[in-house]
Amino acid sequence: MADTVTAATGESKEDDKSRRDFLIVATSTVGAVGTGLAIWPFIDTMNPAADTLALSSTEIDISPIEVGQSITVVWRGKPVFIRHRSQAEIDESQAVAIADLIDPETDDQRVQKAEWLIMVGVCTHLGCIPLGQKSGEPKGEYGGWFCPCHGSHYDTSGRIRKGPAPLNLVVPGYEFLDDSTVKIG
Amino acid sequence: MASKFMENPVIKWVEYRLPIFSFIDHSVGSGYPTPRNLNYWWNFGSLAGVALVIMIASGIVLAMSYTAHVDYAFESVERIMRDVNYGWLIRYIHMNGGSMFFIVVYIHLFRGMYYGSYKAPREIVWIMGVLILLAMMATAFMGYVLPWGQMSFWGATVITNLFSAIPLVGDAIVTWLWGGFSVDNPTLNRFYAFHYLLPFVIFALVFIHLWALHVHRSNNPLGVEAKAPEDSIPFHPYYTMKDLFGMGVFMIIFMGFVFYAPNFFGEPDNYIKANPLVTPPHIVPEWYFLPFYAILRAFTADFFMYWPISWLMSAKLAGVIAMFASILLLLVLPWLDRSKVRSAKFRPIYKQFFWIFFLDCLVLGYIGAKPAEGSFIIIGQLATFYYFFHLIILIPLIGILERPRPIPESISAAVTK
Repeated sequence: MADTVTAATGESKEDDKSRRDFLIVATSTVGAVGTGLAIWPFIDTMNPAADTLALSSTEIDISPIEVGQSITVVWRGKPVFIRHRSQAEIDESQAVAIADLIDPETDDQRVQKAEWLIMVGVCTHLGCIPLGQKSGEPKGEYGGWFCPCHGSHYDTSGRIRKGPAPLNLVVPGYEFLDDSTVKIG
Repeated sequence: MASKFMENPVIKWVEYRLPIFSFIDHSVGSGYPTPRNLNYWWNFGSLAGVALVIMIASGIVLAMSYTAHVDYAFESVERIMRDVNYGWLIRYIHMNGGSMFFIVVYIHLFRGMYYGSYKAPREIVWIMGVLILLAMMATAFMGYVLPWGQMSFWGATVITNLFSAIPLVGDAIVTWLWGGFSVDNPTLNRFYAFHYLLPFVIFALVFIHLWALHVHRSNNPLGVEAKAPEDSIPFHPYYTMKDLFGMGVFMIIFMGFVFYAPNFFGEPDNYIKANPLVTPPHIVPEWYFLPFYAILRAFTADFFMYWPISWLMSAKLAGVIAMFASILLLLVLPWLDRSKVRSAKFRPIYKQFFWIFFLDCLVLGYIGAKPAEGSFIIIGQLATFYYFFHLIILIPLIGILERPRPIPESISAAVTK
């Protein structure tokens, strides 16, 4: 068939070429989009499932926590540190010059109520749990938390001060439902 | 191949329809000419193949008694150790087999570097080898997570968190890898699926590795191509026997560990069930990852290799990139090395730097096992620097500047005189 067209006129040969170009571009585009659409479910199926997402908030009674005490609660499978800070710790955190910080954040930006420091207890370097929650544990050079895995030091506001971690300990979304209950997530 | 065998009517009937017997003969038989001068360092390729088969065989049996669920994984492994018939033996074979596999593969890799086996026309053989190493590392890492001990859990946490260093999409990628907001049941399940799949991917890569190898055939200690017939001997019986003997020695060492020191390569912490709220005081990867772990940790804010790129990325990201680059760089080794001479035997300068590089890798491994403090940090940073300095600067430079010693005319000329 191509031969007959070629034999007839040069113009129809041109027509034929552009028609085939169109068909190739159109079918390849549909094929590529279809492949993309087929791949997406296989990628997205590895993201958190609906039941995993459903477990994303938790309520905690904070009334039994004394000043200077910390507790660890589990939220989304991760530890959350809740620390009832002493006035000395609060003063120390607020006195730090912002310019000295690796990840600059004021203490006010990290707490809703100054005496309650709430943050995800996962080192921002590679995900270990920093020490410093219990009284006997090392608290690092800045009196907060110390990650034993690769030596990151956090201060009394959970800010990174020394070591390989790039960011401060993450403050999760939370709200005080009343004076003694906090809802995380 | 023995012609008597090929004249058997049944063999002939099959061969006519599926030429499998001549295929075997041309692959590992008398029809595969092999350099006559291969030394014992050439045993490690076949040993790696043996290790792969042992790992797949023991792994399939273990899978029959293993439960991939966070509530049962640890207990199911303990059940394998105590209640399943010979479960302890098969698990110890699988555990130590992983270490054995890496030992023979690392020796195989250094042999290739010493004798220049990666050079033209064997670049693809080498590249497939590096890809096999990467697939092995992924498989080993995910396999180590399955017993769901403390090191399993925290190893998985630390390594998956590496991806959070990627700008913008890092956290989304980590959540995607986990299938949740921390290493948990979905993570364990997918790691099990991949741990079962990847060995077969490795098997396919090995097939391509060997396919490319059989086109230009083995390199040899002299690094000159086998040309005349007297340069070669048939693979069977000569190298089948030599490989079998090597396998005997390998199995004695392997079984020595399995029966007398089965936990030598292990970490006691992994016999404690995973606890997401307590990090072990000292997390160390398995020994075969230690040099790369040392490179990862070398990148701190005050490391001199990080200064020039500190405006561009965090030290954490730089460490992650360096760790992956340390392996990926091997892919381009055939082009970094400008020397036409393969064997270090005839390269007096390269030979010395090869051994320094080898020592450097051992130092990195030692540092990887130590806590990141004091002089260990400095030594680790210097060793990391030297690793890249060797591959990127010294190898091309030596290739250009070095005057190699005269290479022999042929294999037979060198060995029969």
